[in-house]
Amino acid sequence: MNPMRITGGVVLAAIFLFLLGPFLLIAVAGLSAGETLAFPPQGISLRWFYAVFAMDNFRASFVLSMQLAVGSTLLALLLGIPAAYGLSRYQVPGREIIRTIVFTPVIVPGIIVGLALLRHAVIPLDMSVTLALVLAHTVLVVPYAVRVVTASLENLRPDVEEAAVMLGATRLRTFFRIVLPNILHGILAAFILGFVTSFNQVPVSLFLTGPGITTLPIDMLASMEFVYDPSIAALSALMALMSMLIVLVAERLLGLSRYV
Amino acid sequence: MSESLKTYLSLENLTLAYGGQVAVKSLNLQVAKGELLALLGPSGCGKTTTMRAIAGLLTPQSGRIVLDGEDITTKSPNQREVGLVFQSYALFPHLSVFENVAFGLRLRRVGGGELSRRVGEAVEMVGLKGFERRLPRELSGGQQQRVALARSVVVRPRLLLLDEPLSNLDARLRLEMRSELQRLQSELGVTMLYVTHDQVEALALAHRVVVMRAGTIAQQGPPADIYERPTSAFVAQFVGFENLFRVTPQGLQGDGTGQGTLPFPANAGNLPACHALAWRPRQVVLAANADPGANCPYEGRVLGASYLGEAVEYLIESAAGVIKAQAPTHAPRFAIQSSLRFGLPLADAVQLQSD
Repeated sequence: MNPMRITGGVVLAAIFLFLLGPFLLIAVAGLSAGETLAFPPQGISLRWFYAVFAMDNFRASFVLSMQLAVGSTLLALLLGIPAAYGLSRYQVPGREIIRTIVFTPVIVPGIIVGLALLRHAVIPLDMSVTLALVLAHTVLVVPYAVRVVTASLENLRPDVEEAAVMLGATRLRTFFRIVLPNILHGILAAFILGFVTSFNQVPVSLFLTGPGITTLPIDMLASMEFVYDPSIAALSALMALMSMLIVLVAERLLGLSRYV
Repeated sequence: MSESLKTYLSLENLTLAYGGQVAVKSLNLQVAKGELLALLGPSGCGKTTTMRAIAGLLTPQSGRIVLDGEDITTKSPNQREVGLVFQSYALFPHLSVFENVAFGLRLRRVGGGELSRRVGEAVEMVGLKGFERRLPRELSGGQQQRVALARSVVVRPRLLLLDEPLSNLDARLRLEMRSELQRLQSELGVTMLYVTHDQVEALALAHRVVVMRAGTIAQQGPPADIYERPTSAFVAQFVGFENLFRVTPQGLQGDGTGQGTLPFPANAGNLPACHALAWRPRQVVLAANADPGANCPYEGRVLGASYLGEAVEYLIESAAGVIKAQAPTHAPRFAIQSSLRFGLPLADAVQLQSD
């Protein structure tokens, strides 16, 4: 083994440790058999993993998070697919500026997006918590939808669409019969990314959730202030596991990494 | 004019812009019913732009497109009943061969027995019987192009446009598909407009060749006319008259900038009244220094020689620049750097009236 390869291996291991360490720490802490959150755990058991399923507040916020993730991702796709199509197929004036604006929610820190939405949209318009959450999450997911769908549109040559038109299809029919079936994988990939993004969202939701209506990550954050048992750690591990599984399955089935 | 030669497709003063630049200037072109016309020219000459305008994928700046007596200039492309075969085949990647071919028929509400019969006929006609259930990616390039053809002709278009359809195929397949296309065209009697940059393909395939240059027609006529009697330097060089000389009072001036001249042979009489003269490489006569003969008045030096199988091609440096000559393989060879003498028989030269 030459020194370069050893150094490379060490650096790689350090990066993995840095990325996966917190997850492992939390997961192990959640496996504790004791009454308080501690590391190393006091004994090993799955009791806290079972316990979180019995907690009503978490169940309600889990359901809301699921609904929110599915709903806002679908909405984002409804907006994002036509946007991606228009931006990649037509000579739209100011195309690059529009692209940049579409991507800003990813670049601007969530805290700022959340505060801005609260101060300048939710409060002045007197929006309900649910509506505010749906709108905010949609805005956050649209960039992923546009980006992933654009990537899969690049793989479909425009002359395939022209061929359909020359055979007598209208532009609309061409979109549904030719374009849509060919970008389906991209749309699924966008859905999964959007879902995971929305489901794990904290900073924006922080500003927009209200009493009684809250998402799972925010609920957990709040609980941490007065609950000291390992249930939060168990739940965190479960959430992380769920996200990882979704992305892993998507990578296997769709080759998710091709689109991002 | 006889019935069959009546104008079927007519482009009238067609001006087209592409990417903000004028690509075709005030083009006039007539195509007869059942004709196979080749639009020939280098890339950027406007041939593809013209074809896209006929298809309706591009709106003309001005001018008219008339098909079978109907002005289709502003008609949307999906209502023109004009078929288009793409260079890239453009098959629908998610549909089987059968469904690719059936696509246009389904749009025309053809169904049931008629659908499968017509698709079957079209697939059989291009020799792909048994491949109906394959996906495009499971086919070779040649097979994909056949599917694209079948897909276009099955709806019986009024006009079939082909955009460099053979350029993505290897040489052997190209020959095969070329004769296939000719057979199809005569069987179906469909009017075809064939866009290509390959002069051999255009000459072999078309009834009439239209050579385009910088958005205008440089010359049009039957393949033999184009090949044997080009009228401009541009067309001459395009069809292989590679040795081009301007006719000046001093003699034959090389085509490049700042080239010298070859004196006009004394016995040749008056200078021909034309702009330029051109010879194919095989028309240039070569002789050894020792034994020049009267028909080889010029001195040259061999710069390079390449063996082409049937002939040897020499690059020869002369007073009027580098010329290209071909000699039969069995003729005595000239070594590189050796000097020789060559002649340009006036009787073989093609007379050109313009650049």
